[in-house]
Parts: sequence; C-alpha cells; structure tokens
Amino acid sequence: MAEAVLAIRDLCKSFGALRATENVSIDLVPGEIHALIGPNGAGKSTLIHQIAGTLKPDSGEIEFLGKPVSHIGAAERARMGLGRSFQVSSLAPEFSALRNVMLAVQSRQGTSFRFFKPVMRDATLVEPAMAALERAGLKDRARVAAAELSHGERRQLEIAIALALGSRAFLLDEPMAGMGPEGSKTLTGFLDGLRREAPILLVEHDMDAVFALADRISVLVYGRVIATGTVDEIRSDPEVRRAYLGGAE
Amino acid sequence: MQTALFIEQILNGLQLGVMLFLMAAGLTLIFGVMGLINLAHGSLYMVGAFACAAVAGATGSFWLGLAASLAAAAAAGALVEILVIRRLYERDHLDQVLATFALILIFSEGTRWLFGSFPLYLDIPPLLQGTVPIPGGSRYQLYRLAIIGVGVAVAVGLFLLISRTRLGMRIRAGESDREMIGALGVDIRTLYTVVFALGAALAGLAGAMVGALQSVQVGMGEPVLILAFVVIVIGGIGSIKGALVGALLVGLTDTMGRILLPQLFGVFMDPSRAGLVGGAVASMLIYIVMAIILAVRPQGLFAAKG
Amino acid sequence: MTISRETAINLVLALLLLAVPFIAMQLGKPFYVTLATRMAILGLAAIGLNIALGLGGLVSFGHAAFFGIGGYAAGILASHAFSGQPLDFGLFAVPGSKLMPVIWAAAILAGGLLAAAIGSISLRTSGVYFIMITLAFAQMTYYFAISWPAYGGEDGLSITIRSTFPGVNTLVPQNYFLICYALLVVGLVLFALLRDSRFGAALQASRQNEVRVASVGIAPFRIKLVAFVISGMITALAGALYADLNRFVSPSMLSWHMSGEFIVLIILGGVGRLCGPLAGAMLFVMFEYILGGLTERWQFFLGLLLLGVVLFARGGLIGLLAGRARHG
Repeated sequence: MAEAVLAIRDLCKSFGALRATENVSIDLVPGEIHALIGPNGAGKSTLIHQIAGTLKPDSGEIEFLGKPVSHIGAAERARMGLGRSFQVSSLAPEFSALRNVMLAVQSRQGTSFRFFKPVMRDATLVEPAMAALERAGLKDRARVAAAELSHGERRQLEIAIALALGSRAFLLDEPMAGMGPEGSKTLTGFLDGLRREAPILLVEHDMDAVFALADRISVLVYGRVIATGTVDEIRSDPEVRRAYLGGAE
Repeated sequence: MQTALFIEQILNGLQLGVMLFLMAAGLTLIFGVMGLINLAHGSLYMVGAFACAAVAGATGSFWLGLAASLAAAAAAGALVEILVIRRLYERDHLDQVLATFALILIFSEGTRWLFGSFPLYLDIPPLLQGTVPIPGGSRYQLYRLAIIGVGVAVAVGLFLLISRTRLGMRIRAGESDREMIGALGVDIRTLYTVVFALGAALAGLAGAMVGALQSVQVGMGEPVLILAFVVIVIGGIGSIKGALVGALLVGLTDTMGRILLPQLFGVFMDPSRAGLVGGAVASMLIYIVMAIILAVRPQGLFAAKG
Repeated sequence: MTISRETAINLVLALLLLAVPFIAMQLGKPFYVTLATRMAILGLAAIGLNIALGLGGLVSFGHAAFFGIGGYAAGILASHAFSGQPLDFGLFAVPGSKLMPVIWAAAILAGGLLAAAIGSISLRTSGVYFIMITLAFAQMTYYFAISWPAYGGEDGLSITIRSTFPGVNTLVPQNYFLICYALLVVGLVLFALLRDSRFGAALQASRQNEVRVASVGIAPFRIKLVAFVISGMITALAGALYADLNRFVSPSMLSWHMSGEFIVLIILGGVGRLCGPLAGAMLFVMFEYILGGLTERWQFFLGLLLLGVVLFARGGLIGLLAGRARHG
C-alpha cells in the first residue's frame, strides 16, 4: 500500500465523562475515498474537527504528508493542503461564488497583505478561481452571491473552494446532506473523479453514495472504530450489521 | 497611612461599587435575556435622579422622591422598550448602539427642555443625615452607609428573584434558550418589557441615591454608564454575579488608586510630580485592570455562556 | 466605460462639496467655507472608521481616541514650536513644528501606535465586548487628557498660529479648505483601493464569516488588527486637521460623544460605502447648522432623525440613492 497522506493514530477526546473519540486510528492513502459512517452521535464531526484543527485532541497523533500536525492551528493546516467542507455551509454570504473561491486562491498564493491591486482585475486570482468553479459545475453561477445559491450549489461551492486551495487531501463532512436526488447523483459523479486529484475522507449518511464511492469504509460507533474494510467486508461484518446497518438492509 | 482614612476610602470604594452594581445589573440582565446593548441606560439613571429631585423639591419628602424615581425610571424604561427597543432585538449590535445613542440625545435634550440647564439639588433626608463613628476614631456619613446597605439588599433581592421566583425562572430560561421560552407559552413580549423596566428601575434608584451626593444634571448618567460597561466586561456579560464582583472591584480599585498611587509614586519622585503622575495613572487604573483581565480571560471573569 | 449609479452620486457629492467655498465667497458668506472644511475633515475621520466598521464589521465606539490623539499631536507640536522648547521623550527630544506635513506624520504615527495597542487587546474579543472595550479605552484617553495638566488638562490647548504648508498661505480659509479637501480625496482613493484589494477581500470576508477565512488558511486576527491600525491612522490625521481648523484642542475631541458621532456619520451616509462617510458628514454638518439656527434643542431632533434612519431607512443616503451594495 502507498504511503498514507493522512494518518491518525490513537486519537482520544473526552467531554467530561463522554468519550467522543476513543483510540481512533484511520489513514487515507492516495487515490482513495475513505468513507466514515456511523449512527448519529458516534463522534464523526468531533473527529473531523480534530483532524482539521478546530478542536484539540486529548491525546494521539495526526500526521499529514508525513509531518505531525497535532500542534498547529487550523489555518496553518489549511495552508498545508488540508481542504475541508463544512457540515453546515460556511461561506462569505455577501460575496459572489467567484469571490469566495478567489479568497482561497489568494490564500494559496501566500499573502493577503497586498493593499492596492484590485482583485477583480487580477487574472492570477480570477482565472484559477473560475477553473475551480467550472470543475465543480458552478461556472454559470460565478457572479451570484453565495447567500442566493441553492443548498446544493453551496455544497458545490465548498468543494470548489477546497479545489482552489490545491488541497492534498479533502475532509468532506456530509456533502450530500439536504441535496435532492439529482444533485446527489451529480455530486457522486464529481467526487468519483475528484479522488484522482487527492484522497477524500468522506463523512456521509447517504448509504447509496457511500457504497457507490468508497474504496474503504470505517464504522464509528460511540467514538470507537469497530471495523475498517472494503464495501463488501463492511456489508458482511456481523458486528457492523448489529450495531448499525441492522435494520437498513 | 492612617487606619481611619484607609477605612473611609474602603467604604467610599464600596459605595461606588454598589452604585455601579445597580447600573451594571440592569445592563447585564438586559443583555443576557434580550441580547441588547443599551447605551441609554445612563439616561434612565438621569431620569431617576431628576424625578427624585423634582418630587422631593415639590413635596419636601425625599422618600416620595425616591418612590417617584423608581416609578419614573421604570415607566420610561417600559415606554422606550415598547416604542423603540423591541424593534431592535433582531437587529445587529450596530443598529442597537445607534438607536440607543439616539435615545440618549432625545433624553438629554428633552430633560434640558423640561428642567433647564441649571443643576438641581437634592438634600439628604433628615433621617440619614449625620455621621457614625468608624474604627480608627473617625466618623463616616450615615447616608453613604445607607447606600451600601441598599445595594446589598438589592443584590440579595435580585439573587432571590432570579433563583426562587417564577419571573426569575423565565429570565433564566430566556438567557439559555430564547426559542424554548416561546415554546413554553411564556408571553415573551411582556417578559422583555418587564425585564427592561426592572433594569431601568435599578438605574433610576441609583440615580436618585447619588443625586443627594452630587448635583442632579443632564449628562450625569454617561460617565456612570461607561464605568458600568467596564464592570460587565470585567465580570462577563450576562452574569449578575460577575456584575457584583466587577462592580466592587472597579469601585475599590478606582477609589483606592486615587489615594494610594500618588503616595506610591511619592516614594521615588518629588511630591508634586508624584501627585501629577499618580493622579494621571489613577484616572486610567480601572481601564488598565480591565485590559489585564481581558488579556487573561477575554470573556470576563464569569462569562455566562460560550 | 459606463459609470455606475453609485459612482455618479459619489462624483456629484465630491463636486458639490468642492463648490461650496466658491459659492460662499460669491455670496459673501465666508463662514460657509468653515462649514465645508468641517465636512471634509469629519468625512475623512469617518472614512477611517469606515475601514474598520464598514469593511471589517468592527464596531469601534472609541474612534474619538484616535481623532483626539491626532488633535493633540498637532496641538503639542505647535505649542513647542511656539515656545521653542523641544519635546522631551526622556531618551530623545524632538523640536516642535508648525509644518503641516510634519504634524500630519506625527498624528498618523501616534494614531497608529494607539490603535495597535487598543486593537491588540480589543480584537481578542468580538461583538458587544468589542464595542464596550473600545469605548472604555477611548474613555481612558479622555480621562488621561483631563488629568494631565502639562497640555492644558481640562481647559484644552490653544494653537496660537495656524500651521504652515510650503507654498500655500494657510491663513486664507479657502486654501485651508483645499488642503483638507485634497486629503479627503486621498482618503477616498485609499479606501477604494483597500476595499478592492486582496487585503480588503480578506477583511470583508472576515466580517461575513470568520471561520471560513481561517479555513482557507488566512488568520483573521492579523487582518483585522492591520485594518484597525490603518483606520486609526486616518482618523488621527483628520484629528490633526480639526485641531488646526479650530486652532484649539481639548479633551472634548476624545469624548465618547465624538465616537458616537463618527458612527452616526457612517450610518447616515451608508455603512461600507465609499462615499458614505462623506455623505454623512455633509448631511450632519448641514443639519447641525440649519437646525442649530432654528432651535437650541437641535440635538433632540437629531436624535429623532437618527432613530428614524436606524429603524426605517437602513442603508443611509447612499443606499437610498444608489440601491444595495454589490460585491463583484
């Protein structure tokens, strides 16, 4: 197996008596979609927060691109190439889709302390941003304010931002949530291609999408990973069936 | 330093702290329950002072004046809440600041219109005139002690109100979850008006009591308002306990700083220069304390939430 | 190239202000020149605040501190120039000056340093805390100015002679107006450049969604602090001009009413809009003058007007005339 892009070892996080993350070890290798599934309250979002750097783990190690990143902040991890989409869409609402993406391009290029050149006339910002929007299927909506985009389009915009950051790995927190069947299908096709660019750690409730996309699945229950394996392995795992998939099949 | 002077200054500091608590408690309650920043709180303090001075002047009774101050400030508060403030709860803080700033202009100029530009004077009631002996052989104004007593009583009363009564339960519910309280069937509009009027009455009470120590004039509420802001920033916005601790801290720091700092600087400067530098630093002392506390705890000492 | 409606309105406003002194002299009412100068200076001060408040969403209720320190920089340098005594900083001494560019540089430097100090503490917080803390720190400078007797204390400091500018007779009111007007235009250009730049993009985004900004790898604190410092510098420059106009500086320049007035100017004109501060300043000064002539109680009516604008006419004058702001 190739060298892991993202490696999480023995991560633990408690809130008082509640163990939200208990000795979680997961890795993400190039070219794969690694889905993280589990019932509500299993600690999926808590885990994503710790990986992204917005929540500090109690113990354990996170390595990204071979470097330990546990001690550095979210902004720094983002600059290293850890792209993230939010469970609840988090955009600059007054800015157009284009300007939302341009902000990411700007960050990737280095400094934001440039005071005089107008961004809208800066081809080095506009062009990469338009390219990212086009890949995410949002080119026609580039000039629309983020607040006026539909729910699905905002998801696409989140992904365009992650693309524009030149991410080396994606953390996608429920990208299908709130999407209609049509939108889910388009996004599934898009994510399918995206894995060639950078591996994806995908938190998702939509099981059709997970089974269609995932190379590997990890099942999180009460903060613990109870199984990791291929789609077929997970489908047939008795403990997983009992704990989670039970009624669904 | 003489013990008597020291005790006297501590009492002065307590008295200032108690006053600030009356202001800050209302501010912090209004912020905690309604999420509103109210700059016009100082105007309600002024309304209380003017009502007390006017009624006491007309009837000769300080006590009638005191009752009038509570009634006038609460009524002004309720009126303003119904006419203006309730349109601001859903707005951002900028709009709240602007609208309540506009209210200050209206209140100040309106008061000047009614009472003229000259200050009014309010006498200490005969019952509380005179002094009492304090340890160290000196004597202290009875009236100031009474203010401290009223402040302590109000603090206890507020604590009981919030922890023991139905109204208090609703206030606590309103602080933790605004939507839930609506779902519980509490008439939220009335609750907000009541909380606002309660805060206004406390400010009016403070204004009336201080009115007998200083002159009653337009603009008297503004310095107190800003000190009360410092108090709740230190204590943590939305916390009554924080308001109490913050108020006493600010009251004592300010009073003691003005006495002690010039002496402190006197150790290594000549006396006139020490008085100058010490006085200037003392005037900034509470803000410096605020900055230090914020550097350590950006949400204040007793942050109510998040 | 087509000109947007807002640009057209901005041009009309700017030309209107430029025309006032000339019309005033034609009408034989030189006092109007002073009013126009006040408009330009208050407009500049509010442009400074508009960077923090309009672009960055930082509701500073303490910008009087920067306005005042700019005013005192002018007053103190002028008083030392008059007395011939150098200004003693302990480690080094600086001679006084009555040269405008020197005074402006000093005001900008002082405003920037104070803004860095206040900002680095205040920006650790947000929302209501930020409003109250900026207010409190401004109040601190106010009390300091009152209790420090070296430069007049409570009574303020008179500036005996108006400062000079090479090649210009600054004693002629129209000339002084033109100097202030030129700086106002510089302020407007600077604001427009900042707004459209990468820095402006990061600043405006951090007003809308701070988490987003951090998640694309930009640290919002530093962006906001730099914006706050630039904002303080511009307002301090306006303070120096104001002191020179009045030939007087006093603690009232540091008072919280002044801070409130700056916010009012921006709200009247339009938050975050290029010419919002200018429109607000023109309206405010005109209102003050006309209503002040009719009744002593003009502040009462100002309060009512303000209340009406906040409750019913959000977007201010520019919003009313040019519609909602657009972001590319």
